[in-house]
Amino acid sequence: MTTVSNGVNVQALLDAREALKDAPEAARFVWRASSTWRNGVHSTTTVKEFFGLGEERSHRSEAVFDADHPEVFAAEDNGITPIEYLLVGLASCLTAGVASVAQNRGIQLRSVEARLEGTHDIRGILGADSDVRNGFDDIKVTFEIDADASRQDIEALVAQSQKRSAVFDALTNPTNVTVEVA
Amino acid sequence: MVIERGEVANSWRRERWDSFRLLTPNWQSRLPGLAYEGPDPDGYMTTKEVTQLIERFAALSGSPVRTGTAVTSVRRDGDGYLVTTGDGEIACRTVVVASGACNVPSVPAFSEAVPPSVRQLTPFDYREPGRLPEGGVLVVGASATGVQLAAELRASGRPVTLSVGEHVRMPRTYRGRDVLWWMDASGVWDQRHDEIEDLERARRLPSPQLVGTPGRTTLDLNALTAMGVELVGRWAGVRDGRALFSGGLRNVFSLADLKMERLLDTFDVWAREHGRDGEVGPPERFAPTRVPESARWQLDLGSGEIRTIVWATGFRPDYHWLDVPVLDGKGRLRHDGGVADSPGLYALGLPMLRRRRSTFINGIEDDAREVIDHLARYLGARH
Repeated sequence: MTTVSNGVNVQALLDAREALKDAPEAARFVWRASSTWRNGVHSTTTVKEFFGLGEERSHRSEAVFDADHPEVFAAEDNGITPIEYLLVGLASCLTAGVASVAQNRGIQLRSVEARLEGTHDIRGILGADSDVRNGFDDIKVTFEIDADASRQDIEALVAQSQKRSAVFDALTNPTNVTVEVA
Repeated sequence: MVIERGEVANSWRRERWDSFRLLTPNWQSRLPGLAYEGPDPDGYMTTKEVTQLIERFAALSGSPVRTGTAVTSVRRDGDGYLVTTGDGEIACRTVVVASGACNVPSVPAFSEAVPPSVRQLTPFDYREPGRLPEGGVLVVGASATGVQLAAELRASGRPVTLSVGEHVRMPRTYRGRDVLWWMDASGVWDQRHDEIEDLERARRLPSPQLVGTPGRTTLDLNALTAMGVELVGRWAGVRDGRALFSGGLRNVFSLADLKMERLLDTFDVWAREHGRDGEVGPPERFAPTRVPESARWQLDLGSGEIRTIVWATGFRPDYHWLDVPVLDGKGRLRHDGGVADSPGLYALGLPMLRRRRSTFINGIEDDAREVIDHLARYLGARH
């Protein structure tokens, strides 16, 4: 296990789990994003500050995300569509999970690739059919993983990464969302 | 002195549904000095038979049982405890809490948002399908209780939907032997609380998807699908009168399938290394859990489709009478292998108290011996 290195500091995560077990206040994080309308359906969202372990914190640098719609939507395509950001979130969350679980289980990873497909009937958002929902109908994630492990162990990595994934949970279970005008 | 709120084997008499049978085969349903000697060692006891077994044990052991005596309070008093009952007070040096882990059915808070037109039952209220209204039933939870009630309700002709979260899949028999024979013989059941990596998780594990039937049939989710039970994801909440189910159903199938395979691998390795391959059948592997073409993730509870909800969502202990500060933030007893953090206070019969077999009838013997050794040393050291 000591020879395995996927670059994840599992000990720090295990220590945090122990330390936060009976400290729900410290474990409460608030993630934030702020967006500004540009023009048309183009907007820019920045992410930098967050709250956690009892205090305000910030990323090393601010990240900026442009969102727009493609030209087939009669838009300028200055960035990916908002719903594609959900795929970005899901892919990166599951991949992080695979690496962490592999590290914890002493499995050396050589490569981890994931392909994601979210099928989406846009009649929902267009209001063309009230029986069609706005969001994805279905999301499919396919991992290709090269690692020192059996297929069964790799499947277990992927299963465990879903079990502990924030974004997988946020997409598969309902979440209360409050939107208001300041 | 043994204090019992009702009669001997009270919960077996009153808190089980009619068709209930033990998960363990008869030969395993043994108590110290009381082995099964009946004609059907591979069968599974009904509640009546379990009640008789426990009555026989009470007589055989000569235990001074005080029945019909409910404990209303246990508190520290000097260097011992004062136990208050409906029948007076008892001062004692030591107390063993043996009231079990399944005193109250746990039902999620969102059950309050279920429309009143839908009847809600827990396994404590449920007796048999005939007492339910006609029409669809939503069974919540896929442990032994959930799969058994879903199967029985479906067999009664009702449309049944089963909400499935994380679960423990097991075949009833493996390589020709009861799967619990393997748990026993291979030593899996003897894994100790101080050897398990994630004890917290092991103690929360739902009961395995098993049923005790004369035909020793497997009652996994594939069996339920074949009966026409509709599977949906874990019930996450109610919004606008609609039940919302998790879209993560595939993954709970994968987790359970993978865990079952690892368990069967453990059995195979054990059989090979201990030269037991000759006395059992060849290794078997089972089809993965079939994923429904498209699992529903919402259900209109006001549409009349579902007339009854059966909450098979587990149980919790009830310690409202325990006035000793030994509970954790979630109301569970803090203990190390049955030794509570209050001198002279002990527990028995909790999940993984000392080993994986702790909650099975045959699990009490070793646990009790070790806990009582500790208790006797405690008393001895003080005289």
